[in-house]
Amino acid sequence: MIEQLELLGSLTRGGFAKLGRGTRFLLQTLSGIGSVIPRPRLLLNQLYSVGVLSFLIITISGLFVGMVLSLQGYYTLSDFGAEASLGLMVATSLVRELGPVVSALLFAGRAGSALTAEIGLMKATEQLSGMEMMAVDPIQRIIAPRFLAGLIAMPLLAGLFSAIGILGGQLVGSGLLGVDDGAYWAQMQAKIDFQDDIVNGIIKSITFGFVTTWIALFEGYDATPTAEGVSRATTRTVVNSAFSVLGLDFILTALMFGDD
Amino acid sequence: MSHTPTQDTLVGLFVAAGIAGLFFLAFHASNLSAYAEHDIYTLTARFENSGGLKAKSPVSAAGVKIGQVSAITFDPKTYDAVVEMHIDSHYNTFPDDTTASIFTAGLLGEQYVNLEAGGSEIMLKDQDKIEITQSAIILEKAIGQFLFKAAEEKK
Repeated sequence: MIEQLELLGSLTRGGFAKLGRGTRFLLQTLSGIGSVIPRPRLLLNQLYSVGVLSFLIITISGLFVGMVLSLQGYYTLSDFGAEASLGLMVATSLVRELGPVVSALLFAGRAGSALTAEIGLMKATEQLSGMEMMAVDPIQRIIAPRFLAGLIAMPLLAGLFSAIGILGGQLVGSGLLGVDDGAYWAQMQAKIDFQDDIVNGIIKSITFGFVTTWIALFEGYDATPTAEGVSRATTRTVVNSAFSVLGLDFILTALMFGDD
Repeated sequence: MSHTPTQDTLVGLFVAAGIAGLFFLAFHASNLSAYAEHDIYTLTARFENSGGLKAKSPVSAAGVKIGQVSAITFDPKTYDAVVEMHIDSHYNTFPDDTTASIFTAGLLGEQYVNLEAGGSEIMLKDQDKIEITQSAIILEKAIGQFLFKAAEEKK
């Protein structure tokens, strides 16, 4: 009994200590972002590995999610004779929810895990300490460009996901199921509000980009410098990112789409 | 990490594609183009009952959208709903005996304001009031009246 209490206590303390380290790490990273601006090369390299390499998985998933939404939506809507609203349904679900959330989950799996493994391995092979020895701040040199790249790439990827999903939905809707092409776009354009739907979706994706990149970088930076430690850190990145994205999504949705 | 010109191009393409996606969403999938409001003028109309009309509901004439509802307020003195509408200034030839009615698109569709021109020579200007209005048809009321009428005819 006492042992369990002790375990609980140490877990709680460990959790809070980690949160504290994470917050300090975030503050250091944010203050290090300024030093990326004179070295755009660093940012460009990271945009390549975080953004360009995630491009394919995001576009293909977006296409299929849009196609499935269209197919499923059609069967339900046609029961009520409301196939004309198919475009609206596909676009609303993509722009508001699926675009930001699914692309953030894919991003955490594709780019976040890679970031953690890379930085964890740098730590395990003492590259980070080596940099410190040479008076190069690893936060400024390694962490900050990656963080900024994640922050920039995420909204772009989410926008691509939604756009391609809408096109995929149209492909299935009007190509395969015979929904009127004009109705697909007209209903969408009439009801999707730029401010309420699109801007809020972009805000969501920026938030998710911030959180997933932070978690990925911190888990790598905080990893136990062994092979096992890096492997665990990578797993934690994906798990924690997924939890944070889904939890934050609920809070953001409640705040954004509360009334009207 | 080595960097090559190809990598730069790929990053450039990626950013361009992402921005193109966002632009596509903004201009092709949303009502942003409706925000690029041309010149508008404001008309108000008083309705006994504004039904399910909301701000941003369309205002149309002969089935063509010519503007949108900008605000709906309740007048505590006359107990009327005051509906303020923004009308595209291309369509500035509505006479002052225009009728404004609240209609429903289809049985379950959204409600909109329909303007029907009268025959007067004097045109409505910015901030003018439409005098002749017809309230929203409340389905429950209509059904109730129908039932009462049916019951009375039986007697």
